[in-house]
Amino acid sequence: MSEEQIKNLEQQFEARIARDEKIEPKDWMPEKYRQTHIRQISQHAHSEIVGMLPEGNWITRAPSLRRKVALLAKVQDEAGHGLYLYSACETLGVTRDDLYGQLHSGKAKYSSIFNYPALTWADMGAIGWLVDGAAIINQVPLCNTSYGPYARAMIRVCKEESFHQRQGFEIMLKLANGTAEQKDMAQDALNRWWWPSLMMLGPTDDKSVHTEQSMKWKLKRKTNDELRQQFIDQTVPQADVLGLKIPDPDLKWNEERQSYDFGDIDWDEFWQVVKGHGPMNKERMKARVGAWERGEWVRDAAMAHAEKKKTRKEKQAV
Amino acid sequence: MKNENLYNYILGIADNSLILGQRLGELCGHGPSLETDIACTNISLDLFGQVRSYFQYASKIAEDGRTEDDIAMLRKERDYKNVLLVEQPNTNFAYTIGRQFLFDAYHLMFLKALQKSADLTLSAIADKSVKEVSYHERFSSDWIKRLGDGTDESHEKMQDAINDLWTYTDELFHQTEADKIMATEGVGVDVPELKTAYYNYVNEILTEATLEIPESKYFQKGGKQGIHTEHLGYILAELQYMQRTYPNMEW
Repeated sequence: MSEEQIKNLEQQFEARIARDEKIEPKDWMPEKYRQTHIRQISQHAHSEIVGMLPEGNWITRAPSLRRKVALLAKVQDEAGHGLYLYSACETLGVTRDDLYGQLHSGKAKYSSIFNYPALTWADMGAIGWLVDGAAIINQVPLCNTSYGPYARAMIRVCKEESFHQRQGFEIMLKLANGTAEQKDMAQDALNRWWWPSLMMLGPTDDKSVHTEQSMKWKLKRKTNDELRQQFIDQTVPQADVLGLKIPDPDLKWNEERQSYDFGDIDWDEFWQVVKGHGPMNKERMKARVGAWERGEWVRDAAMAHAEKKKTRKEKQAV
Repeated sequence: MKNENLYNYILGIADNSLILGQRLGELCGHGPSLETDIACTNISLDLFGQVRSYFQYASKIAEDGRTEDDIAMLRKERDYKNVLLVEQPNTNFAYTIGRQFLFDAYHLMFLKALQKSADLTLSAIADKSVKEVSYHERFSSDWIKRLGDGTDESHEKMQDAINDLWTYTDELFHQTEADKIMATEGVGVDVPELKTAYYNYVNEILTEATLEIPESKYFQKGGKQGIHTEHLGYILAELQYMQRTYPNMEW
């Protein structure tokens, strides 16, 4: 294809996106669009899978049967999200095994928040309320993103995430209205998860390398700083309902902006975690790689069995 | 307690699901593939759902103010009535599948019989559970075949697991005093009657999976009398942790 032809295709492609048309797997797309989508969708899928670990770690210790069932269902939903996001990614011409390889080698990233430890039962509340809350703010605009399979996967993901967020808030509410010990547990969880949740929405706009291109392709509809502000404005009144204190002495309502002003985020900590040196990065990777390696003989057996069955069937047919 | 036999009978059923559900819950996020991870979590979820129905019923019968959670989480080790099979560890995926299949095959036959119980609550729980457990049994028997008739390595691992777990199968068909009384009253299942059909079916699946049927005639028992393997204490340490550390609180 000549350069001119490619340019022509690119123009048509950009025009389709501008008209809010969906791009489907068999459509022509610029290589950069494909690669950007593989990166973002797989990063999202990896976040779901790694995100199972901090909560999975509390399943055997959930305080009541009702909570245990809800937590199991939630972690199962996350595995399901991972499954259909990997499938959406596969429509762009990569295999799930390739994507796992990228995760396990450290080449692909996942959400920085899952590199923090889930230490008490209240963390199950805080993760649902804050982490899923921040995730929803990030993800709702993606239901209208330009790539069809991703947009459709996100519609389903968002429905379940908002259920998870309510569930997390409800855990916090029960603790906040409980004994002094329970209330302390809830406050402690908020103290530990607040700042990492703000960081989770990504670096400030001047440091974000992908924003401009992603906005054009509707992979992003608001900047990181806008999303962060929206999250804070939405969450502070919820903390008030809980009677818990946001751990930020500089947090203050700004009448003029009709938004909350907030304190400085420790970006050194963010970059430390993103570069692989957070409290749980090594543990999380060890768990994922370990599960993958321990499972190899199982996956091999399934393939071998399917092959044997096929051969037997073919022989019968002859 | 007015109906202590019924209460004990329910606990005997529910504790199997409780402890197996707990074991499967340990695996969440650590399975050999996303699909098996989802399936094991799903089975755990079904089992805990059943546990809730049984213990809610047991708490009504006990009439002593204890809730489903008190019954599930605040008994002493010797008061748990589950069979030894379900408390065996997730040594590797073959053990997980072996344990699941050997229990599912029994569980499905048991529930089909319990559907005919003269106790309407129990038969209703059985009606609901039988659909779930049919799926569990299909999942685990399929995997027995995949691993048994897969690679040399998987065959060997599956055979080892079956050989080790076999010793816990006979106990499934033992009866406590409460079991016998409930069976006589038409409330409970006469489990010894299921034994021949169970071994016939299990042998059929193992043979299809190219696995040897263990010949050992030595079996372990005691779970139904509260005499467990050393594993149970650790399972309970996790299961009871929150209730023991923060007593009398709502969650």
